[in-house]
Amino acid sequence: MNRSVVALLVLLAALLALPLALDRYLLSVMILILYFAYVGQAWNVMMGFAGQLSLGHALFVGLGAYTAAALFQHFAIVPWVGMLAAIVVCVVMGSIIGWLAFRFGIGGTYFALLTIAFAEFTRIGFEHFGWVGGTGGFFLRVTQQDHVDVVHLRGPPILFYYLALALAVIGFVLCWAMLRGRLGFYFRAIRDNEEAARAAGVNVFRYKMYAVQISAAMTALAGVFFAFYYNNLFPEQIFHISRSIEIILAPIIGGIGTLFGPVLGAALLTLLSEGINQALSMAGHEVPGVKQILYGVALGAAIMFMPNGIWPVIARKFGFRRAVTADD
Amino acid sequence: MPIEAIANIVISGLLTGLIYGLMALGLSVIYGVVRIVNFAHGELMAVAMYATVFAFAATGVDPLWMLVPMAFVFFGIGYILQRGVINPFIDRPEHSQFILLLAVALVVVNLLLVAFGPDARSVQVDYALDSYEIGPLLIDKVRLICAGVALVACAILFAIFRYTSFGKAIRACADNLLGAQVVGLNVEHLYALTFGLGTACVGVAGTLLSMLVDVTPGLGPAYTLLAFVIVIIGGLGSIVGALAGGVLIGVSESVAGLLITPSAKSMFSFALLILVLAFRPQGLFRAR
Repeated sequence: MNRSVVALLVLLAALLALPLALDRYLLSVMILILYFAYVGQAWNVMMGFAGQLSLGHALFVGLGAYTAAALFQHFAIVPWVGMLAAIVVCVVMGSIIGWLAFRFGIGGTYFALLTIAFAEFTRIGFEHFGWVGGTGGFFLRVTQQDHVDVVHLRGPPILFYYLALALAVIGFVLCWAMLRGRLGFYFRAIRDNEEAARAAGVNVFRYKMYAVQISAAMTALAGVFFAFYYNNLFPEQIFHISRSIEIILAPIIGGIGTLFGPVLGAALLTLLSEGINQALSMAGHEVPGVKQILYGVALGAAIMFMPNGIWPVIARKFGFRRAVTADD
Repeated sequence: MPIEAIANIVISGLLTGLIYGLMALGLSVIYGVVRIVNFAHGELMAVAMYATVFAFAATGVDPLWMLVPMAFVFFGIGYILQRGVINPFIDRPEHSQFILLLAVALVVVNLLLVAFGPDARSVQVDYALDSYEIGPLLIDKVRLICAGVALVACAILFAIFRYTSFGKAIRACADNLLGAQVVGLNVEHLYALTFGLGTACVGVAGTLLSMLVDVTPGLGPAYTLLAFVIVIIGGLGSIVGALAGGVLIGVSESVAGLLITPSAKSMFSFALLILVLAFRPQGLFRAR
């Protein structure tokens, strides 16, 4: 066993034991970190591995959330089945976007705009979609909090902590396996030089589609988690472009295309944002917007001074390089 | 529904669309030359709108008199933004540039939110409710004047590119960057000038639009998206395309507001964008 694997196992053990030491507030912070680590990982599959910039990932979160929530609320279908439906819906949506874009070789900025257009279109659509509440929001029945019901995903925050942890671990392992396999090499070949990849015999269209579909499916699960954790959904919040930006911050600041980047970025950003919230509420005035300004500054500084993110720098310093970074 | 009512709505959409066109033209010019996608475009526009609202509240001067100073101020802002912040990113990958401007946009729009709060503000000139009656048609005076000014501004921009020597130099950079460098053009300076011209369009368009709509910080991202929709529909980098795209979106928004509900109007624009990207990605008004 090398150093990286040992470090990972220690981290996992610590995360499994952590709720024993945390109060309710800190537990909710940890849930946020794990959530953003997971969605960041999902986005990273498209952008970090295959080089397709999506600025509309909130679309998949929202669709996943609404699908599972609507099935649960209207037809009493358990979330574990609703999850599959959510994946199907998101993969279909991702395939439509991918097919429209990649068939004409739309890439870069145009592709990013297409993803935004789909997210915004869907957001406005859901605002007028009465079956799931429209602008008024969609609410899940909240039952007694201390009773753990794994089948219906109803229960106290600790249930959601372990769910989020499971998602983050599954996402991490999935991406790790992907990077080591054929898929990962094809993705990175496309990202680094599409023409060369094509010339070497990679079916560029098909593998770009796979990247979008895998990423959409992973993000759908994050949406289901979101719906059952928060119990309320508003199109204005869940599909909004600022949500999409929130999703991409962690992997960008942590390190695009690396396995640990999204995790590290999510931890740093969530702690930063919670720290700001605490400081502001202690100072006695919570001004909306201050947090976003600091996000903007962090994003700008990261892209200016550490275009590859923080993780590669740390990885080099501690000698984890081989096992955990995607590049070199 | 009476035909006059529909005609009135189409005309009002068309006039607003010309102002949208001016805004989108700024984005298009910047992309056409500097090859940077200005993701903070609408946010700069919101800044111009707030500047107008406050200048009007403080002095009571008709915003139309502010157009020229506003154009110069925004030219300066654009020049500095390009030279100071964006220029180091010229050779970086597209997504890096995109994210940098996203960061700028995030900071600008939230500074507006912190400074002015989420409440809507507006400019009420004393002729705000006047209108011209032409036969059965009723046309808002403010809207007509603003659309006229927007057209004039577009003409001026066109003349700058066409007839001034630095306009020619800018076109040279756009056509053949290496050639422009070989003959000794100062590309960094010219890029900054272009960015300045693009943001001057935004300054003028923002001043005009603040006379027609209520100003909130949320307009920033909304107008960024709108500008993108317009230039992509019209064809990125095409002057005529930006104006025509603006008119198309202006009309489609007002008709959608009439036929469906006003809150769903931008859904229409995004649907149009998706169709154009899917079937004619080079834009409606541009050869491939």
